[in-house]
Amino acid sequence: MTARAGARAADTVPPGLPGLEVRYSRVLTDACGAQWHYLDNLPDLADAADEALEGTVLAVHGNPTWSYLWRRLVAAGAEAGWRVVAVDQLEMGLSQRAADPADRYRTLPERVADLAAFTDALGLTGPVVTLGHDWGGVVSLGWAVDHPDRLAGVALLNTAVHQPDDVPLPAPLRLALAGPVLPLGTRSTRAFLETTLALARPALPAHVADAYRLPYRRADERAGIEGFVADIPAGREHPSRPELDRIAAGVAALKVPALMLWGPHDPIFSDRYLDDLVHRLPHAHVHRFADAGHLVAEDADWVGPVTGWLRTTVEPSGPAGPSAGPSAGPQPPFVPLWAALDARAADAAPAVLDLSAAEGSVARSVTWRALHRQVLRVAAGLHAIGVRRGDRVSLLVEPGPTLTALVYACLRIGAVVVVADAGLGVRGMTRAQRGAWPQFVVAQRKGLAAARTLGWPGVRISADALSPAVRRALGVEHELVDVARAGQGTDLPPEPGPLDEAAVLFTSGSTGPAKGVVYTHAQLSALRDVLAAHLDVGAGTGLVTGFAPFALLGPALGTRSVTPVMDVSRPRTLTARAVADAVRAADGDMVFLSPAAILNVVDTAGELDAADRDALARVRTFLSTGAPIGADLLAAAARLMPRATAHTPYGMTECLLVTDITGDGVRDAAAEPDDGVCVGVPLPGVEVLVSALDAGGAATGEPGRAPGVLGEVLVRAPHLKQRYDRLWLTDRAAERDTPPGRWHRTGDVGHLDDAGRLWIEGRLAHVLTTADGPLAPVGPEQHAERVAQVRRAAVVGVGPAGVQHAVAVVETLPATRRPGLAPARLAAAVRGACPVPLVAVLVAPRMPTDVRHNSKIDRARLAAWADGILTGGRVGAP
Amino acid sequence: MLVTGASGLLGSVVARVLVDRGEQVRTLQRRPSGVAGAVDVAGSVTDPDVVARAVEGVDGVVHLAAKVSLAGDPADFDAVNVGGTSTVLDAARHAGVPRFVQVSSPSVAHAGSSLVGVGAEPADPTRAHGDYARTKGLAELLALAADDGSAGTDVVAVRPHLVWGPGDTQLVERVVDRAARGRLPLLGHGAALVDSTYVDNAADGIVAALDRLRDAPDVVRGRAYVLTNGEPRTVADLMAGICGAAGVPAPAWRVPAGLARAAGSVVEAVWRVRPGTDEPPMTRFLAEQLSTAHWFDQRATRADLGWTPAVSIDEGMERLAAYYADRTR
Repeated sequence: MTARAGARAADTVPPGLPGLEVRYSRVLTDACGAQWHYLDNLPDLADAADEALEGTVLAVHGNPTWSYLWRRLVAAGAEAGWRVVAVDQLEMGLSQRAADPADRYRTLPERVADLAAFTDALGLTGPVVTLGHDWGGVVSLGWAVDHPDRLAGVALLNTAVHQPDDVPLPAPLRLALAGPVLPLGTRSTRAFLETTLALARPALPAHVADAYRLPYRRADERAGIEGFVADIPAGREHPSRPELDRIAAGVAALKVPALMLWGPHDPIFSDRYLDDLVHRLPHAHVHRFADAGHLVAEDADWVGPVTGWLRTTVEPSGPAGPSAGPSAGPQPPFVPLWAALDARAADAAPAVLDLSAAEGSVARSVTWRALHRQVLRVAAGLHAIGVRRGDRVSLLVEPGPTLTALVYACLRIGAVVVVADAGLGVRGMTRAQRGAWPQFVVAQRKGLAAARTLGWPGVRISADALSPAVRRALGVEHELVDVARAGQGTDLPPEPGPLDEAAVLFTSGSTGPAKGVVYTHAQLSALRDVLAAHLDVGAGTGLVTGFAPFALLGPALGTRSVTPVMDVSRPRTLTARAVADAVRAADGDMVFLSPAAILNVVDTAGELDAADRDALARVRTFLSTGAPIGADLLAAAARLMPRATAHTPYGMTECLLVTDITGDGVRDAAAEPDDGVCVGVPLPGVEVLVSALDAGGAATGEPGRAPGVLGEVLVRAPHLKQRYDRLWLTDRAAERDTPPGRWHRTGDVGHLDDAGRLWIEGRLAHVLTTADGPLAPVGPEQHAERVAQVRRAAVVGVGPAGVQHAVAVVETLPATRRPGLAPARLAAAVRGACPVPLVAVLVAPRMPTDVRHNSKIDRARLAAWADGILTGGRVGAP
Repeated sequence: MLVTGASGLLGSVVARVLVDRGEQVRTLQRRPSGVAGAVDVAGSVTDPDVVARAVEGVDGVVHLAAKVSLAGDPADFDAVNVGGTSTVLDAARHAGVPRFVQVSSPSVAHAGSSLVGVGAEPADPTRAHGDYARTKGLAELLALAADDGSAGTDVVAVRPHLVWGPGDTQLVERVVDRAARGRLPLLGHGAALVDSTYVDNAADGIVAALDRLRDAPDVVRGRAYVLTNGEPRTVADLMAGICGAAGVPAPAWRVPAGLARAAGSVVEAVWRVRPGTDEPPMTRFLAEQLSTAHWFDQRATRADLGWTPAVSIDEGMERLAAYYADRTR
């Protein structure tokens, strides 16, 4: 190369960069004379036979990083049987700097062609899996689209291939592109470089950040950074836009395995772009690392997931893994959820009653005929405004006829309903909305305001009538009445199939950040069927419930349903009178309530008059769903509904009905107590296995049905979830080492007894690992709670894993004011009651619990608190 | 067998256990051991001639003799704990004694912070707090180094933690005496978890170590094991248990742990320039022992020594109560 200003030949890396061995660093010159630096793990593969090599990962960094980004995969690739080639793009990293590149920058079509010239020079044959981050993602996909014969898969970390015309560029890029800021921010100063490095969560160690800075220390070395930013196709007229559009279209036609690993805390490549990619590659495995950001390759453990994906998804030529297909075996005929609605299309009997709109004691009643008509109108109207099969529609509407019509309208046209409980709180709700990234959101005023101020995604549709000013202020594009009107007399699109996705239901978030759980139509229909068969629900039933998932199943079951007057996000607002009113209004004979609601109903029973009591005496089935409730509370509720059979099914968002136990069953279990809470036997069609815990507290045992074995509970059912939403690694963990078929590791621990009943003994994460083996907390807690002075107990472990000792933390009656060591007499009583050795008994005025249920004790926090006290630390409140 | 320091509580129990199972037992200490059936050799472990006589012909040594005190002339600690151990070791090796159990202390690896669920870390005399811990650390290093892996004298170190039981003057008598005079405070909240060892368990463990040197030398030789009941208790619980057994009021007043440590340092300094006949009321070492957690991973100890404690803390407290009841009768 001639020694003109700014020109520099490619170079290999200096020794001493953290995590990168010099032997991987290479230089080559392509047919056009361009000099490239790249990392290549070929030295590790020298001894491997050709046939042992699965293929090559071609990794392309973005701006302003370099191949150093991929160092961990380069080091790990050989063991997985893959060659890894990580290239420095021209003008970037240690690849060549042309003379005076600032005169013009390399455009996207040139960069895609450059990469092809590089792989030609390298003599790269198939199979090839591309891997790209940031704008390197686009370039890598350009290569992928252009080399279908060699392509075996595509993997992406935070990137984008499409910029909608109506969506502004992310603010940091707009700023970087603005007039004189561009050269200043990107080349003359290190602002863009430093800003990008500062995005790491947690912050990069200084020596790693220095390694990233290595090729960009002088302004003339940073010309490529400026060129990259200038090449961002900001508008339709940008010279690189046609190439971007070509790649975007080509990606949508790719059928090879795809993997997307995403850091959602990215000011540039937000979830909007992930959602776009998911729509283009709907078969992709997607995982969002909840805490990671733009530099996801630094923030998260991504190498294991990539090699795992290569092994399970790219390498096998046969069918994909267990999560992909429907369950084996003969399938029952599929009856869609709206079938009962269709069947009663001409029925003038009430279908849904709305007590919140009641005037006096007369509830607003919606007939089957009216509901059916409204569902069809809203369905057609949603389709008319652009809601398509597979689009997600977030529903922030309180239970009642409007929500019911919306749910069935969405299901009918194949739109996926997103349901997140307001009990998640503002932060949890924002996390859920961003994670699910709905295309549309239907909400009442409160939800619209939240969506607006918190920047929740989705075209906003108001469920209420709004004034034009409010509409504008809230950024509302449609009102539901107009949508329904637009659908009047309009044809409906074809019905979705059983394997199409139907819903994303969010977990409560009481056991970690809320997760979206994806259900197909077949799975929701199966849930309806198991409920109908088990509880004998039919056309004549009147269902009273404020518990969302079940309230919405009313029309699918062909039953009348009514929601009592309450704040549904706060179950404790439900009173006994409200239940009685609802039973009267719906002629109800079945009542579904959450444990927190039951507590308040029992507490407010004194307000009931004789007529109320008569109404409640008509109830024949009473269901408590959610966390298990105590026998005493169940008995108190049963006294209010003396003719009802009480049921307390066990389930979770991922599988809403697993086992069931009646009030009599609870009494039987209480007569022969065992460790944990007896939740009964599996429902018909549901299978339960237990994977034994090992000494380290991990569920490594072969799943089985042997009685008395403590382990993680595994479930299988036709109504089990399809998968978690955009949490592929969580899916893999939940399906780890399970028998053939679709199984789910629940994260709950317990055991089966001789009668096949399941006893739940806590969460896997709360198991203590003592020198004598694993210890689940619920059993000993139940013993401690038998001490008269103890209101509630939690057993937690102190000390390192494997040698933990058990400590009981108790709330007392009356409540103590000061936390600390329990008085000697109380400690002795608790010790005496507990079958396991306790090294200490502590008292807490109030134990930390989750917000939603106010019942699940935060044992992790409690354990840390106990540990602090018992090592001689400060004694504060837990 | 030779047991040194058999006039102390633990030493006498070890000697008795050995006698009871039919061994010929010799003891070495300045005062009579009082162990029926054992042959006392009177003298100091720092006297090579006496020691040489004591080890003559025995097939094992349990070396317990040490200066155990919270204060005193550092030179005394060095002479007895380091010099004495060196003398006994040399004599044992010279006499070809095949097995040697060095009775040590967990404090040899304790630098003042909490120890939670740890195993037997290597002794570190440079960081140990106080002359006792420092010299016991040096002694343990000497003893373990004496086992060079060849045939000769095999050595194992056993560190019983906070040994107590009927007749104990180190912990129990101090607690009871001060509590009876209303001078026993709890440091901090008394909530630090500490391991302790009922004396019979400690003796059994030491004898188990001696046996394992014979039956499975490659497992245990050259290693150190912390020995405890494996039932940590809060300091407050332990004090209350001991006071309850002795029928004296449990401590009711508290001293902030930081203050106690500071006071301990001052007291230590004063006692150093003006050594009294009495034990100092507080030292930094004691303050740390009573206000920070120290409990241990017993898995390796139990597996390697093939030993588990036979007497639980609760049962030990009952025995202690019976002992005091008997004494006052």
